[in-house]
Amino acid sequence: MSMYSDFTIGDPIVDTAAPDGPIESRWENRRFGVKLVSPANKRKMKVIVVGTGLAGGSAAASLAELGYQVSSFCYQDSPRRAHSIAAQGGINAAKNYRNDGDSIHRLFYDTVKGGDFRSRESNVHRLAEISVAIIDQCVAQGVPFAREYGGLLDNRSFGGAQVSRTFYAKGQTGQQLLLGAYQALERQIDAGGVTMYSRHEMLDLVVVDGRARGIVARDLVSGEIRTHLADAVVIASGGYGNVFYLSTNAKGCNVTAGWRAHRKGALFANPCYTQIHPTCIPVSGDHQSKLTLMSESLRNDGRVWVPKEIGESRPPNEIPESDRDYFLERQYPAFGNLVPRDIASRAAKAVCDAKRGVGPTGLGVYLDFATSIEWLGRPAIAAKYGNLFQIYDRITGEDPYTVPMRIYPAVHYTMGGLWVDYDLQSTIPGMFVIGEANFSDHGANRLGASALMQGLADGYFVLPNTIGNYLAGARLSPVDPGADEVRATEAEVNGRIEHLLSIDGDRTVDSFHRELGHLMWDYCGMERTEEGLRKALDRIPELRREFWSSVKVPGTGAQLNQSLEKAGRVADFLELGELMCLDALHRTESCGGHFRAESQTEDGEAARDDENFSYAAAWEFTGRGEAPVLHKEDLTFTYVTPSQRSYK
Amino acid sequence: MVTLGERGAGRAPGAPRPATRRPANGRGGPTSVQLKFVMATSGAIMLLYLVVHMIGNLKIFLGRESLDAYAEWLRVVGEPALPEQTVLWAVRVVLLAAVLGHLVSAVVLTLRARRARPVKYSHRPPVTGGSYAARTMRWGGVIIALFIVYHVLDLTTGTLNPNGVSGAVYDNVVADFAPARWYVTLFYVLSVVAVGFHVKHGLWSGLQTFGRSSAATQARLKGVSTVVAVVLVAGFGSVPFAVLTGVVA
Amino acid sequence: MELNLRIWRQAGAADKGRLVAYRVDDASEDMSFLELLDVLNEKLILDGDEPVAFDHDCREGICGSCAMVINGEPHGPQKATTSCQLHLRHFRDGETITIEPFRAAAFPVIKDLVVDRGAFDRIIASGGYISAPTGAAPDAHATPVPKARSDRAFTAAACIGCGACVAACPNGSASLFLGAKITHLGELPQGQPERADRVVRMVATHDAEGFGGCTNVGACSSACPKEIPLDVISQLNRDYLAATSGRGPA
Repeated sequence: MSMYSDFTIGDPIVDTAAPDGPIESRWENRRFGVKLVSPANKRKMKVIVVGTGLAGGSAAASLAELGYQVSSFCYQDSPRRAHSIAAQGGINAAKNYRNDGDSIHRLFYDTVKGGDFRSRESNVHRLAEISVAIIDQCVAQGVPFAREYGGLLDNRSFGGAQVSRTFYAKGQTGQQLLLGAYQALERQIDAGGVTMYSRHEMLDLVVVDGRARGIVARDLVSGEIRTHLADAVVIASGGYGNVFYLSTNAKGCNVTAGWRAHRKGALFANPCYTQIHPTCIPVSGDHQSKLTLMSESLRNDGRVWVPKEIGESRPPNEIPESDRDYFLERQYPAFGNLVPRDIASRAAKAVCDAKRGVGPTGLGVYLDFATSIEWLGRPAIAAKYGNLFQIYDRITGEDPYTVPMRIYPAVHYTMGGLWVDYDLQSTIPGMFVIGEANFSDHGANRLGASALMQGLADGYFVLPNTIGNYLAGARLSPVDPGADEVRATEAEVNGRIEHLLSIDGDRTVDSFHRELGHLMWDYCGMERTEEGLRKALDRIPELRREFWSSVKVPGTGAQLNQSLEKAGRVADFLELGELMCLDALHRTESCGGHFRAESQTEDGEAARDDENFSYAAAWEFTGRGEAPVLHKEDLTFTYVTPSQRSYK
Repeated sequence: MVTLGERGAGRAPGAPRPATRRPANGRGGPTSVQLKFVMATSGAIMLLYLVVHMIGNLKIFLGRESLDAYAEWLRVVGEPALPEQTVLWAVRVVLLAAVLGHLVSAVVLTLRARRARPVKYSHRPPVTGGSYAARTMRWGGVIIALFIVYHVLDLTTGTLNPNGVSGAVYDNVVADFAPARWYVTLFYVLSVVAVGFHVKHGLWSGLQTFGRSSAATQARLKGVSTVVAVVLVAGFGSVPFAVLTGVVA
Repeated sequence: MELNLRIWRQAGAADKGRLVAYRVDDASEDMSFLELLDVLNEKLILDGDEPVAFDHDCREGICGSCAMVINGEPHGPQKATTSCQLHLRHFRDGETITIEPFRAAAFPVIKDLVVDRGAFDRIIASGGYISAPTGAAPDAHATPVPKARSDRAFTAAACIGCGACVAACPNGSASLFLGAKITHLGELPQGQPERADRVVRMVATHDAEGFGGCTNVGACSSACPKEIPLDVISQLNRDYLAATSGRGPA
């Protein structure tokens, strides 16, 4: 058996759907270039959408509005609970309502630069173009964005940008946008255009004659395993941050849908690009089950600092200004506290590594609102951040109006995901991937308030335009439910469940998940080294073997069994984690959220290696624990010249 | 197999929605909100009547003639344009309709509430401030209904009154609340207090039902309801108190 | 800290169910309430028992998944807090805590503390939206919205659909949930064309799902983790009255 780290390099991969020509007209050209499906034919075509977050919810509603028969799946009890709901800060759009120099081109530029030149120019430009229509769409749906006294929409600024282009609804922007998409979805459910399967989990992809033709899903209440056939499958299942066990993701977030598709042949791109969010509430103990984000928007009015002296023991309010180090303002005078997330996170890690961290664990820095409260008054701060301050108070028992918050970076978002072309189609024809589940738009680092933008751009505007091109040209014949490929996939799913239930070992699923999470955080977290990654690559396969020989999953498969659900998800994380470490090991440069200690500038900034790594790494699965094949998609930059990112 | 989580596609895509939706449980009939309108409207009629009734009662403090003359006027008001007792009976009919509407709606709503919450919590929830009146509306209402029956037999028809002379309202009242008949007085006072609680929540609740309450006015409306309730209790309660203490004899 | 738990165990919809006593010896004050259940479940699994099933997901108080009645109160004793955000520092060492599922005929128990809240989705499907098909929207600034109305819409829109209002209501009414959506959409200019039709359809679905009528007790608003104000029910009634009396809503 070959070593996992001995991956092989396969043929380069090319995005054949991408149009060329001037960047401003590429999306328009593509929309004109796609084949159309007539309204009468749309009614006969069935599309499965897995996931009901911003991307999946908006896609399912929009596809049904176009006339397709849509089946929508979510593991939650209601489509309204998808984790997009927890996004706090806002959504970017190049409206230039502020007259502060914003434009589609500037949003495009900021996003390419923010992604550390590891994303596709075409995709990002399309995203910036569509951003404008998203705000219009959401306002029309009744999303209650923050407004000014004149009745017009308010904006705020966000990390990585020097213009105010972020639209928000207090600290609940994700919730309000998701409810907009959810309500549009419910409208289509009522109209008969969407069949909704909540409390259902996709456990495998059905591939017939090389095309995605359906999914095998488990009804989480009855335990029934059933195949759902369709003409196309859309994966909108979110990111894989839960591989770290502790993250800001919801407990149920998982990679299973994407990973099962990867095993069926879909390439997985840039898995090592994970975003560590700088402002989360620090870990308080071993019992901790998840981490809670404090919106990046807080950095608009909060100042980040640590004591100058190691071993400072005074409470924060008694430390005089002269003994404080506002390290972001000191190191990055141009952007100050509003540097992008990767930079803020690493700076916080650096001061904690230097033993100047605060709080009981020493893994924390202060985020102080005293200056803003003095300038703007407490009511103004409460109006902007009241609910965030309340969340913080609930969890820590401390009042951020009077005591500085303590924050520390935590895993938040994954830029990597299934490889897709410009049409958002994966390497399996008929399978599309949208939202966080794909790798397309953020490169190596995502800017704040861009996730909501991308999810909704994909779901409302991109996919509904591009999926028709496939459906119109595919000339699909109906799949026989008894076909060999269908039977085999069902049997595989059933076999896996039976296997998990039959092990009856002596360790719980959570204990494996925790151990994997520790490995990933220590060796594939904020700072990665060859030595650490190799350690993880040695340990993960062992851990996976232990899992399959000693995990204990109580109960049966024919009932609501939350342990069984978790076990299946952790089993997939145990495979994904290995690929993430391998991807991180092979990419010996630093870029965005991927920081290799071996590749840094003299003052500790990420040093990219454009000569050797200006590509997206798309991995092909060859077998569990078998060396995967790397396909490189070269990235070219015509409109934004790669430079060392500087926020100083 | 249709499972718990599966929804939609009940009709062909694009087919128009059914014009009206039959309730899935086959209950039909008026919606709960409509029944609440009946409760609020009938409650308002009865409350208005109570206020007039209380003002009339207070004439006892102006002496026998004043009260008895007022009682007689009630019978003849509207004459000669209308025959004797027309107005009185009209009021009685409206009141009866209000009572019936209030009662029937309350029963239907109570049955629906029972069906909607068939299982009690084994750990009793704590009763939070202000909701005592709200939570006693049903039993309070029953007590008030029983009292009204007694009250009509006592002071309208005179059947259960120890004096029971038609038209001699003042004497009937004084006989009613004689110190020896303390239990009647007690029942009366308790019922008046029950009316107070009922009005305290009912008036505010009615305003809420008619959509007249907002976040800004909610506290004030609750205050007004409490004041109205206190005035009613004081007004009605002052009569037996006066008889008992000999102020009225 | 040590805690005694009495937890509702019910194998499935057909099972009668009962309260079962458990003890957790190694709880910490900094744990959330759901982490307490995690600790208990780890122990139960290793002892060969079935863990307690409960809905949960985001664990930061916004998804609305977690749903349990703690000592008689939906989401427990702390105001404006979901079960997942409730921390053990609000309980005494040695305290006995009773944990039951949300009780309402419209929320049948699926297993242990897990209930089916699909009725909420069906209420929304019957009218809780603004019909704005993708692509048909005018510029976002085409219609200014007075800040006061926009703020009220937002306050109502903060509902997370957890169902605590129903669980707290002695009548099993979902009027707060319903009123919140009516108020959210009804305050906005975009929501006007469907306003009358929306309230009539949503009220009909609410009743058909088996929720009881509102008696303005106010327990819903007290239990609401997002502190949705009671006046949304007043708004609901007002809109319904206007819609059914033939006048347009005011």
